[in-house]
Formats: sequence, structure tokens, C-alpha cells
Amino acid sequence: MYEVRFHGRGGQGAVTAANTLADAAFREGKDVQAFPMFGVERRGAPVAAFTRIDTEPIDIKTQIYEPDVVVVLDTSLLDVVDVTEGLKPDGKIILNSAKDPGDFDYPGADVYTVDATKIAVDNGLGTETNPIVNTSILGAYSRVVGNVKLESLYDGIANNVPVKIENNKKAAKEAYEQTKGL
Amino acid sequence: MADQRSMTIKGNMATAMGAKLCRPKVVPAYPITPSTLFPEKMSEFIADGELDAEMINVESEHSAMSACIGASATGVRTCTASASQGVALMHEMLFVASGMRLPIVMAVGNRALSAPINIWCDHQDTISSRDSGWLQFYAETNQEGLDLMINAFRIGEDNDVLLPAMVGIDAFVLTHTIEGVEVPAQEDVDDFLPPYEPPHGRLDPDEPSTFGSFGTPEYYQEFKQAQVEAMEGSREVIDRVFDEFEERFGRRYNKVTTYKCDDADIIILTMGSMTGTAREAVNRMREEGKKVGLAKLTVFRPFPYPELEEIMSGAKGLAVVDRNISPGGFGAVYSDLAGASINIEKKPLIKNFVTGLGGREIFVKNFVEIYEKTLAAVEAGEVKKPLEWINMNQEVMR
Repeated sequence: MYEVRFHGRGGQGAVTAANTLADAAFREGKDVQAFPMFGVERRGAPVAAFTRIDTEPIDIKTQIYEPDVVVVLDTSLLDVVDVTEGLKPDGKIILNSAKDPGDFDYPGADVYTVDATKIAVDNGLGTETNPIVNTSILGAYSRVVGNVKLESLYDGIANNVPVKIENNKKAAKEAYEQTKGL
Repeated sequence: MADQRSMTIKGNMATAMGAKLCRPKVVPAYPITPSTLFPEKMSEFIADGELDAEMINVESEHSAMSACIGASATGVRTCTASASQGVALMHEMLFVASGMRLPIVMAVGNRALSAPINIWCDHQDTISSRDSGWLQFYAETNQEGLDLMINAFRIGEDNDVLLPAMVGIDAFVLTHTIEGVEVPAQEDVDDFLPPYEPPHGRLDPDEPSTFGSFGTPEYYQEFKQAQVEAMEGSREVIDRVFDEFEERFGRRYNKVTTYKCDDADIIILTMGSMTGTAREAVNRMREEGKKVGLAKLTVFRPFPYPELEEIMSGAKGLAVVDRNISPGGFGAVYSDLAGASINIEKKPLIKNFVTGLGGREIFVKNFVEIYEKTLAAVEAGEVKKPLEWINMNQEVMR
């Protein structure tokens, strides 16, 4: 079983990222769950969303407390939220940042970065101040974790993203290619 | 059978798609967390021309159920959705629907009742409608939510039943969680569920008749007994419909589904989504050689006494996990089970565990604790504390 936690701000698409990842893995014949932090969501407030992926049927129905990987859509959250909370030893952290992984200090975790904001804006997904980075960062996820193929992500995007499907696919591909820290 | 469509969808979407496949003609609804997506999706289906139905936007849940009753009495298939305070507000009309023998189906996103205000998972809303004369089904997964909607229409509309039905899906754990679901083809559901034909007439301005009229003391009790007989008669219908559903769609449902119970000393009885986590706990405990099994209640009304009697006959201890509580009494499943078992000669020690209220998580370790406490009672040969609370927040308790 592989457990993923997404951190973002309300409106940035963290929930859609979790759903899209689940759908992509489901297309590969895996069992999946994806869910938001149970409760209320406000635009701009820190939010979390989760995905579970397994080659076996998933029975467990609790929320995710010890993720294998954490995906951060907005690094302004790093001062507000402990994104490493519960992260498994040797877990992975994927950050939307133009910086290098070495610029972040998370002992015991493997850090990866991708400039998902630039990729998103270059592909017409949102604006500089309000970029929609969820599909870009999923490209990085595919590259880093490797348990969901880029091609499956394309299917997940087609099923879950309401507009600009081709732009979103292209953004995922570019992020896949530009991920740092491998 | 035509191919089923594989999709990843939320529980609310699953019950909405299940309802849509049943081609309801009227959908009166008032949105409430966590089942809001149901009326939203039904509106979309209608607006997109995928469903030929009338959506009635009402001003309250009481009105929603009132509109359901009026619509269903005209002889058309009717459904709605609600949760928590919404189900509580329509309480009065729930009895009218069942008393008038109208096979309305309602999807419920099972949620706690206020106070304190709480929007999270809990079974108190539908459990508190226990005596309203509705059939009650509880889903473990989104797939079950979809399938049980189809089964609920078919069972409720059977001429030997003619009762309304609730399908419970747990708040957030299912309503807002995406899971993989197989969606049956419309043509297969059409074959499985023929158009609704009320056998005893319908509200029709051209042929006036009276429905739900006065029942004086000379008649009222017989009406209630007839309702009870219908509920009793539904037991056989449920088995038959579940058989047919399996034959056509390949998925098996039972009133009670057992897992590793054959040689189990201790059996844990669950309802709803907690069952998945309990199964994981049973698997882990089995690896350690513990003789523990799991029984899942899918049908709560009618309460499956005969099936549970059989399950109880082999075990030494039975742990009933209730996601509801009757203050001053017990959890509802425990109460019914205790009532059912009182005249059985060979029965296990039975303990009641209340947990998961208001969205409190139920972890694997909690089921291990439940097993251990039940085993301790069996080894001691007596139940000192029939009701125990599980996974309490010690910080709050201080």
C-alpha cells in the first residue's frame, strides 16, 4: 500500500490532484482511494488531500496519518504547516519550487523539486499569482515515485480536469522531464 | 450482460448514478452536507437530458419528504437524499411514507446529530429513524452504495413489500471519498428493475381516491400489523433480489456477510464503512493465530435475526460495534441482537462497543482492543461491563 498526502491552499487543486492520481492508478488496475481532509474548505486556507494506491484490494477506511510521500503545491505553506508530520522514515517530499532540493533541509527525507508554477503558467494554466499547478506536480510525482505511468496520468487528467486537458497533459510531461533531485 | 463501466467516483456520485439508472420520475430534495452532491448530480443528469425526471427544489427536508410522498402516491418512482438534521426534520413524514406503503428510496450520507454541531460520520440519523417502517441498508463501499440503491428500489417496490427504503453511506468516509466503481449498463438495470406499477391504485384527478386517511382505533392496529408483515415478508424478497442481482451483475450481497467466522471464537459485528478497517484488523490478528471473525450487517431493517442466530451459534464471544448510542440504553445493533438472542439456548457472551461517533476514527488497533476485551470476558465467563466506549480522547476526558 502506498499513501500520498497533498498540501495546498483551498482553490489550488490539491483535491483534484489526489483524485486524478487515484484515477490514473485505477486505470492501471490498482485499487485506490482519494479523499480531502474531512470537513470544511476555504479558499486560500491550507488544505490537505490524500490518495491510497495498492495492488491488492484496499480495506482500510481511516484517513492517512503516515504517508509515504508528501506533495506540496505551495511552498508558502512550509512556514505554516509541518508537511513532514507522520512522514514515513526515508519518505519523499515533492515541492513546487524553482529552487534545488539541496536548498531545503528535511533530514531523513528525500527532497525533490519542480518549478510547477512556471510550467503551469507557461501552459496557460492559471496566472502567476494564481497558478493551477496540480497536473504539473503530478508529472513530478510520476517521475519520483514511479508507481503511476505518465500515460496513465493523461487518462486521469482527461477524466478529472474540467478544462484545457491538452495543456494539462503537456504540463505534466514537462514537469516529469524537469524534476530535480533524482 | 452488457459491459459495466469502470470509474473512480465519490460515494455521493455512486448513489446518484445508482438512482439515475433506476429512472426515477420525481426527485424532491433539499441539499445538506454531506449528501449535497446527490441533488446536484441529479439536477445535472436532468439538465443534460440523461434523466427524464422532475427535480423539485423544496424549502426544507420536511417538504422534500412531503413532496416524495405526493409524487410516489401518483404512482411514479421517487427518490431523494438527505443526512443528519435533514433526516431528523423529515422524521414525521417518514412514518407517513411507510404507513402509506410508498416505496420511496432515500440515499443518506450518515452523519451525527446536533448538539454539538457535527457534520461527520455517525449512524445516529438513520438509526433514530429505526422505527419509522423504512427498510434500511448500510454500505461498506461506494460500489455497495450504488448497487444497494438499485436493490432498494427493486425490494421496496415488490408487491409483497411496498415499503420505502434508506441506503446509508458513511459521511465523508464514503460520500467524499473516491473509489473504483463498476457502473452497470442501463439496459441491464432496465431488465432487473421493471417500471414501477403500484398494485393498489394511484392518486389521479380523473379517478379520485383517498390516501393516508383517518385510522380510528378499530383499524389502526391492523394497519400497523400489516406494515410489520410487509417488513417480515421483505426478508425472503431481499434474499431473492440479492440472488438475482448476483446472477446478473456478479456482485454478492447478503443481509449479513461473514468473514473467517467458521472457526472463530470471537466475532466482531460491524455496519457501514468501518467494516473495511475491521477486516484489515481480522487479517492481521489471524496472522498472529487469533481465532477471530467478522460479520457485516448490510440490512438493519428488517433486522436479520435468523442469520445472526446462526452466526452466534458457533462463537464464544460476540463484539457488537455500534456507531450510534441510545443514552440510557445501548447501541441499536446491540439492543436488537440482545433481544433476538434472549431465547436462544446456546449463545455467545455479547458485548457492546460504541465508537466512531461524530467522525471519530476507528483504527485497526481499536478493533484489536475490541477483540481483546471480548476475549477477556469470555475467559472470565461473564460480561461485567456490557457497554464500553472505544477510542476516547483522553485529553478531553480530563
